Amino acid sequence: MPVRALTGEDLAQRLSEGVPASVERWEDEVVWVDPSKVEHVARFLRDDSSLDFQFLNAISAIDFIEYFDVVYHLTSFRLKHSAVIKTRVHGRESLSVPSVYHVWQGADFQEREVWDLMGVQFDGHPNMKRIMLWEGFEGHPLRKDFL
Amino acid sequence: MSAEISNTDGPLNSRTWEIDREEGRTVQGLKDASIEPLAEPFIQVPDDLQGNLVVTSVDALINWSRKAALWPVTFGLACCAFEMIATAMGRFDIARFGMEAFRASPRQADLMIVAGTVTWKMAPAIQRIYDQMADPKWVISMGVCATSGGPYYGSYSVVPGVDHIIPVDVYVPGCPPRPDALLFGIMELHEKIKKYRNIGKSARPPISEQVTRQTTQLDDGVPGSPTNSQGNP
Repeated sequence: MPVRALTGEDLAQRLSEGVPASVERWEDEVVWVDPSKVEHVARFLRDDSSLDFQFLNAISAIDFIEYFDVVYHLTSFRLKHSAVIKTRVHGRESLSVPSVYHVWQGADFQEREVWDLMGVQFDGHPNMKRIMLWEGFEGHPLRKDFL
Repeated sequence: MSAEISNTDGPLNSRTWEIDREEGRTVQGLKDASIEPLAEPFIQVPDDLQGNLVVTSVDALINWSRKAALWPVTFGLACCAFEMIATAMGRFDIARFGMEAFRASPRQADLMIVAGTVTWKMAPAIQRIYDQMADPKWVISMGVCATSGGPYYGSYSVVPGVDHIIPVDVYVPGCPPRPDALLFGIMELHEKIKKYRNIGKSARPPISEQVTRQTTQLDDGVPGSPTNSQGNP
């Protein structure tokens, strides 16, 4: 199935119409959204009939030392297009992003994995705890400053 | 597990906290205790009984029957498991050695083939399965991950060799080892079993207790005299 990636410009335009003041900036095929509006943006992306992102491919996070990017890869099977949404949280301690569990239930384990390995909390997640490492493990091993 | 899920309201993680902490304590305790590889299992025979003709003949018979019907416990941890499965299938046919009965219960098995990467979170489960196997029991460490951690050596989550948590009889190198290599390891184990002496043997305490004992000694500051981890004289 050939999937067309939506351009950042197109996506940013549609998002700023659907969820006001949510887009921070955009680039090639990526849009950065305001961390506090992540759940609204997710709901809009899923429910808007011209976007129709029913499927969440993956949630990942990137450590840039001063800030973290949380990345959402989305696909619409009906419209055969895909999108990349990012959100940027600054700092290294007690980071949190709203959970998209109530929009896409597949986010459950993905968000727990991001918390386990990168240390970004997801507010509103029904079971926010480590998934792979044991309780009591110190630190988040995929961070740049781990060891 | 003594902790239970409470019936109070709130997110699931706040109700299962005690279970997770208990598991975490188990894993961390084992990780802190298992700093040295355990010695290879070895059973000593008193001098005056060495070479006793009748006993050696009985030994040979018992050992022959043991080696010819070595039942492995179904235990695959990572990609090595596929090579182990291939070994059991028709082309390599482990049934030639009377080993085709992969048992789902450790109570019915004599051999544990540790096939794959051992993580610290899996380690208590491996130890428990090993303890549940009936004596005499043997362990093959299959592949570099199980032998020394392999590509994950020094990782925060991987045991640096399964011999840190259970004693190992035969190591099979490879990443993963081909079925022929595993078969060679199995035949080496057969040779080892043939030399097994069945008298003068004391019952082994569960391995989980031995590891705790070792740490207690280290804590007391007794400088590292290699302890016989099998608890034999």
